[in-house]
Amino acid sequence: MDASQYLDVFIDEAKENMQSLNTSLLELESDPTNTSILNEIFRVAHTLKGMAGTMGFSRMTALTHHMEDVLDGLRNNRLKAGSNIVDILFKCLDALESYVNEVIASGQEGEEEYQDIIASLSDILKGEADGQTENKQKDFQPAKDGRTASGLRLKLNIYDRNVIEKAMEEGLNVYEIHIEIDKKCLLKAARAFIIFQLLDKSSEIMKSMPPVEDIEDEKFDYYFTVMVITKHNRDYFIKELNSVAEVRKVEVTPITLKHVENIKPGAVTHDVSDTDRIKAADREQIKTSAPKPGAIKRLTTKTVRVDIERLDVLMNLVSELIIIKTRLADIGVSDRSSDYVTTVENLERVTTRLHDAVMKARMVPIENVFSRFPRMVRDISRELQKEIELHMSGEETELDRTVIDEIGEPLIHIIRNSADHGLEKPDVRVEKGKNKCGNIWLKAYQDGNNVVIEVEDDGQGIDIEKVRRRIVERGLESEEVAAGLSDSDIIKYLFAPNFSTADKITDLSGRGVGLDVVKTKIESLGGAIEIETEQGKGSRVIIRLPLTLAIIQALLVRIGTEKFAIPLSNIREITKIEASDIQFVRDREVYFLRDSVIPVVRLGEVLKVPESGDTGETKKQLTCVVVRKGDKFSGFIVDSLIGQKEIVIKSLGRLLANIRHIAGATILGDGNVALIIDVNSIV
Amino acid sequence: MVSDKKQYIIFRIDKDEYGADIGNVTVIERFINITRVPETPQYLKGVINLRGDIIPVMDLRVRFGIQEKEPDEDTRIVIFDINKISFGVIVDSVAEVMQLEESKVESVAEIMADSNHDYLSSVTKIDSRIITIINVEKLISDMMVS
Repeated sequence: MDASQYLDVFIDEAKENMQSLNTSLLELESDPTNTSILNEIFRVAHTLKGMAGTMGFSRMTALTHHMEDVLDGLRNNRLKAGSNIVDILFKCLDALESYVNEVIASGQEGEEEYQDIIASLSDILKGEADGQTENKQKDFQPAKDGRTASGLRLKLNIYDRNVIEKAMEEGLNVYEIHIEIDKKCLLKAARAFIIFQLLDKSSEIMKSMPPVEDIEDEKFDYYFTVMVITKHNRDYFIKELNSVAEVRKVEVTPITLKHVENIKPGAVTHDVSDTDRIKAADREQIKTSAPKPGAIKRLTTKTVRVDIERLDVLMNLVSELIIIKTRLADIGVSDRSSDYVTTVENLERVTTRLHDAVMKARMVPIENVFSRFPRMVRDISRELQKEIELHMSGEETELDRTVIDEIGEPLIHIIRNSADHGLEKPDVRVEKGKNKCGNIWLKAYQDGNNVVIEVEDDGQGIDIEKVRRRIVERGLESEEVAAGLSDSDIIKYLFAPNFSTADKITDLSGRGVGLDVVKTKIESLGGAIEIETEQGKGSRVIIRLPLTLAIIQALLVRIGTEKFAIPLSNIREITKIEASDIQFVRDREVYFLRDSVIPVVRLGEVLKVPESGDTGETKKQLTCVVVRKGDKFSGFIVDSLIGQKEIVIKSLGRLLANIRHIAGATILGDGNVALIIDVNSIV
Repeated sequence: MVSDKKQYIIFRIDKDEYGADIGNVTVIERFINITRVPETPQYLKGVINLRGDIIPVMDLRVRFGIQEKEPDEDTRIVIFDINKISFGVIVDSVAEVMQLEESKVESVAEIMADSNHDYLSSVTKIDSRIITIINVEKLISDMMVS
């Protein structure tokens, strides 16, 4: 079979699965006995194995197969997840990632076999008892003939015995339920799902043959057997299950102590008390309330994969539509019938909603980016021998897909900076009276039309004086000028190309390629970056990104004969000011707006608009648009206001990329082009 | 000897005739309103809306150091596409499309030893007409660097 046409799907799904593997492994590390996490990891490994197998990637299949073996041991409590097992599983993840990267690069999985990882996996497996291995095989190959010597279909082990005994003590019933589905049933997995839901409501499923994962994947014949613990009786299940359509046969066999009395503890050396505790706790749940289906296993939302290019096409069409709508709204202002007005209003409503819908389709939670950081911080903390705790919040904040794809690298850089330069070594922290474990906070939240991402640490902060000296050393400013710079001005130099204050170059940072690249990247996304710092207390990097990239509300203004658009999200207020009220502070024009002093910017001069006949100089009253960037304000002087419009942001193209003060262009209702002012670059 | 011939679009600026490889031309437009963009070279007149796309436009008169002229009925904007970059060039008028034999096209270097005009690639003579061939790619190469 030529599988190449499925390569893209494979890559997408593999990435998604590896991401969830990463998350789950981190969870497992902090909660090694949680079976629902183990089940999730097993499911992912299993899915990856299946996918790799389908694509004919035999090495990847072999690796995932070995992972699966170990994971199976873990979830059946034959093995215990110690930190070394988690480490090896992380190595597996890395290996899988490099396989997938190779696939992305060449379409092939490459030659690397990761024998060492496979060997470590095998070593772990060898640690388990022989008898148990046999047991496992029986578990996994559904016996066609059905019952074992004990009269049950399921083969029970010592753990089951413990569980059963405990259940009996608490007066609960244990049944083995054998269900056969009609052979004509087309969606047997779906049917099985309904049955499992039904069982979940009234009981707890302790064991299933074949395993639930296989049943979900339709890897079963027309029957399966489960063991349940319940407070309901046998007739209840017979009645309930028989009421499900397409169920051909239901057998409910009570499991008694007689069935388990012959099961002896084998050569199991693992700690059993943990598992017992969990199962006992689980049973507690049955008594109080029925476990919710889905609470145990993380539900994956069903999605349709759409090529981002198709969404772009859709977005462009919506943009066109909005331009035409705007044009339509401008037609015949003088002689409009009320019908016309209503229709245009309706059209406006629909286009706005259409726009929202398309934008939403492009939105992805920032979790997709954040999820790789816990692992990264974990690795960094080992490498630097610092204790670091990463606190993340706002993972559900959504951003445009294009931004998500681009924002990862800059964030990695900033977090590394925090870990490497910001946080001190544990002994230094203790000396300073801080907790020896350093903290990094990664926050995302929406603020108006912006999404803000903050990276904060409680490290040593930035040494302003060191940066000041560095500015002089590098010859960026003379000593006198540098001495006069304010702290916030000094910090801006950190974004200068090749500027690094690190004393030594580590693997992580300090090479001097860094913050300037980060800044450029963020600005190319239409965003802005700032650093706040307090020496000894820590630093905070604040990144602001536009929520939507394509369509925004803007204020159209006139300067001379030209029209410009100012994004409404940047505007705080519009006010008329007397020309005589403008004052000078150190050659800069300022205006007292209520209690605060704001700099005045004559947009016409900044944008070099050709002087028209009647100059603004003679005007007594000026129109001032007060804009905001973070907590900084500035008053833009314009000739007149045209009005608020929904505008479609268009790029000026590669030839005019990086034009100062201009963020893009938009097409007005009359077909002319107006430039969009990049407020962040002017304030 | 078909391969020897190439199609060129011939246009006028002031009194001179120029040619450009038609393979790079996407469309020829009548003059439309241009929006000025600040902080760009003098010859870059600004951007136009070409059916929803924003396209930068340059004035070859300014580029060639000739007196600028008000657009009229004959003024055209020739839209080129070089390596997926679209841009327009304002010309006084578009004359025709002509097939030229490459063997008759002479290098301009011998006539004009001036590095400022490296976008003029060659000169050809048809009867009494002298046509200067423009290397369109070179027109934008200095902007690509910056």
